[in-house]
Amino acid sequence: MLVTKYVITSSESNILPSDIAMKIYGSKYEVTVKETCFGVVINGEEDVINELIKEIRALDPAGIFIKDRGFPPGDPRRCRGRRGGGARPGFYMIESESKMLPMISRALASEGEVPAIPEKKKPLAIKRLEEIIKEGLS
Amino acid sequence: MAKVIVYPPTSMILSDLVERMGHKALVVPQAVGKLVTANEIDSPPLNVTPEEPKKGLRYAAVDVPSGVRGRMALIGPIIEEAEAAIIVEDPGWLTGCAGCSRTNELVRLLIRTKGVPVLDLSYPTNDPEAVVFVQKIKDFLGGLK
Repeated sequence: MLVTKYVITSSESNILPSDIAMKIYGSKYEVTVKETCFGVVINGEEDVINELIKEIRALDPAGIFIKDRGFPPGDPRRCRGRRGGGARPGFYMIESESKMLPMISRALASEGEVPAIPEKKKPLAIKRLEEIIKEGLS
Repeated sequence: MAKVIVYPPTSMILSDLVERMGHKALVVPQAVGKLVTANEIDSPPLNVTPEEPKKGLRYAAVDVPSGVRGRMALIGPIIEEAEAAIIVEDPGWLTGCAGCSRTNELVRLLIRTKGVPVLDLSYPTNDPEAVVFVQKIKDFLGGLK
């Protein structure tokens, strides 16, 4: 079965989308690859793609992220060149999460102790609010 | 290897972390992919046939907006398949097929009532939080068979 995956690089990674594309071009695998501003889109048989992903990840284990994609690369139903411009629907999610990737990369790369984080303030419990109201009104 | 559904169901970070830890991430693009790359496209361009609303009706009543039922036709079968779940609250920027608040409420409810192990998290805003975020996911996935 043909599958499509996004390979997305963290903005702090030393690996560029073109490096990944060149790696794929030079590999033995028969896949379709499309280079984008945030990474590459690859399409091929599931087993081949899974093997290829292992090799791509090895370039920068903490800085390369993989995501499934429904449509094949360049599909006219999603390609903005055919739709009159504008980002395709799924881009906004990638854009939002991409801002977080450097943090996640550093977290994946770190092997130190997990820091203790103080719990975030929770909203006032309803029972406590009722008590405050009763105290205020009495 | 466990099948883990992630919420938001289009999350790159969560699906990547799940796959990294050797489990299978259940995400919406897989469901979309099956539909739009099928050999026989019965209803172009997106191959949404009359069967899809019927699937959605299993999860939401007929008077529920069609957008909810349409989304549930894709997400519902994934939830049924799930053996564990990771839910990240307050993403704040859900868009596209994950941009419907009523569907998202229903998805979270169905995951929680399914009775599978659920990990609740918030997206990190700084480095220490990111370390805790990743570690919690590692620990949770490590405990799954």
